[in-house]
Amino acid sequence: MMTSLAKQDRWMLLGFAVAVLAGPVLLKPFGAGYPDLLQKFCIFGIFAIGYNILFGLTGYLSFGHAAFLGLGSYTAVWSFKLLTMNVLPAIILSVALTAIFALIIGYLCLRRSGIYFSILTLAFAQMAYNLAYSVLTPLTNGETGLQLAKGDSRSLDRLFGVVVGDAIPSTNFFGLSMVGFSGFYFCAALLILSFYISIRITRSPFGLMLKAVKSNQNRLKYTGINTRSYALTAFVISGCYAGLAGALLAVTDPLAGPDRMHWSASGEVVLMTILGGVGTLLGPVLGAGVIKYLENIFSSFNDQILHSVFGFLPSAVEHPLIKVASLFVGEGWELTLGVLFLVLIIFVPGGLMQGIQALQRRLFRSSARKAADATSGAH
Amino acid sequence: MAALEVSGLKKSFGGLKALNDVNLTVQFGTVHAIIGPNGAGKSTLLNSFVGRLIPDEGSVVFDGISLVGLQPHEINQAGVARVFQTPEIFGELSLLDNVLIPAFSHRDGQFKLNSWSRAVDQASVHEVAKHMLQDVGLYEKRNMIANSLSRGDKRRLELAMCLSQEPKLLLLDEPTAGMSRADTNSTIDLLQRLGDGKVTKIIIEHDMHVVFSLAQKISVMAQGAIIAEGAPNDIKVDPRVQEAYLGGAHL
Repeated sequence: MMTSLAKQDRWMLLGFAVAVLAGPVLLKPFGAGYPDLLQKFCIFGIFAIGYNILFGLTGYLSFGHAAFLGLGSYTAVWSFKLLTMNVLPAIILSVALTAIFALIIGYLCLRRSGIYFSILTLAFAQMAYNLAYSVLTPLTNGETGLQLAKGDSRSLDRLFGVVVGDAIPSTNFFGLSMVGFSGFYFCAALLILSFYISIRITRSPFGLMLKAVKSNQNRLKYTGINTRSYALTAFVISGCYAGLAGALLAVTDPLAGPDRMHWSASGEVVLMTILGGVGTLLGPVLGAGVIKYLENIFSSFNDQILHSVFGFLPSAVEHPLIKVASLFVGEGWELTLGVLFLVLIIFVPGGLMQGIQALQRRLFRSSARKAADATSGAH
Repeated sequence: MAALEVSGLKKSFGGLKALNDVNLTVQFGTVHAIIGPNGAGKSTLLNSFVGRLIPDEGSVVFDGISLVGLQPHEINQAGVARVFQTPEIFGELSLLDNVLIPAFSHRDGQFKLNSWSRAVDQASVHEVAKHMLQDVGLYEKRNMIANSLSRGDKRRLELAMCLSQEPKLLLLDEPTAGMSRADTNSTIDLLQRLGDGKVTKIIIEHDMHVVFSLAQKISVMAQGAIIAEGAPNDIKVDPRVQEAYLGGAHL
């Protein structure tokens, strides 16, 4: 069985796939069952899974991965403008181009490790941001961002005689429109594929070497391993994931702006990975989901919604409570994220996955104890 | 037959001549000890073998390959493994993974993108890893995290890691430093048993009990140069050695 997964990995993949595909139903009670947000969950899940291959396995903290995300988006939009509204060429081109850029940037940045590596990646990403923002305006349309226009050439579409109406055509996967739920299921399929690939990488001898890079690079060098080649490969793989995520952002909403490359976007994926659990398989996806949920749902809460939540309380309690709670929602959603982050780092530094595992153990132990009590009581 | 030929090796740190024209020949399959007082240049010498330091002058030829200027991983791939003074292991990984990594390195070379196969499926590599852990008596603990081992066990693990690469030359930097007498004796047994006759060993050691139990040949270093060389029994009685290293005391 050279190519299959271990039993528990197979179950994990199956459970993951079911949970993702059932996302619209599962997340409806939380107010997150609409396609736009579900697409974001998938896309940033892919971004975080890829980031985790670098940061989680090799320990190299890149602070510039948003550059690859942005590059993926710009490439995809250009593919829509020049070639076709079909998303397949856009995705392939985005991943290929980010791979090339990741190879160059990774080669330069990986000459240093630790904080110096992080600073180098940050510098490259800020350069990319500024290039997109001003210098390369003909390519990126600067601050406004790159958008589709009716007069775009779309040469491949024209070649195959695709009929275009008055409006700007929408992105499609061989005719399947990429807006709404079909767009979500397209992203979901790629998320599951990305997750599968990351399991394979983690369990392979190659993945073992990446973990060794994180654990003790010195020992690894004196064990005959070219550590920089391994780190560079991980960097390129995670760059490709970021390129894919960037392309999907453009697929579901065909525009690309420089904000996508901003350092805060690079920081966000670090937070996602740490929040979920660095080096775990499921953690980064979970972290991405939580952060995007807070960003989209908590930020839309207002006093009225709070009133409907706390309305059952006497008004003497309710008013001050709403006053405090309103600080943490709406514009202040990042405050909630901050508190959540603090609590996690202090109490469960391994992230949500560590918390879940601890909970699981505790539940399992207490149920095992109950079972033992029951059998001893029977005697 | 010479496994390692060192000639005219020089290395200065500022005004300090850490290595001052070192010439050394290590015969294949022997255990060669290098002794000397602190600061004599023993560790510098070892570091210049494995690519950690680049000597100013001179040559190091191992098995027909010049090692000067090669990267540490290239030197290791040529067949030189090293045990460090403080054990260098993969602390966060299991003992089994610790031994699998060098075994993979031995099979696959310095880089291989085998990201699609499963590490647990590689029977031949697992066989080597299992065998090595059994040899050093750590197989029962194979699923433990390496950091949780005692210091003595960490050294044993590091030795197993080095040997699972089937090195031709094994460099040991004070393999029994900080060990109890019982641990020291079991390490001596281990070193005598493992790779005996097939693996050339160079050992730096302060403990004369270890040196005289293991070494077939001893080189004495002082102030960056080798001042005496010979069989253990000759070294014991060499007046220069007693002067430089043992302070005139008789063994």
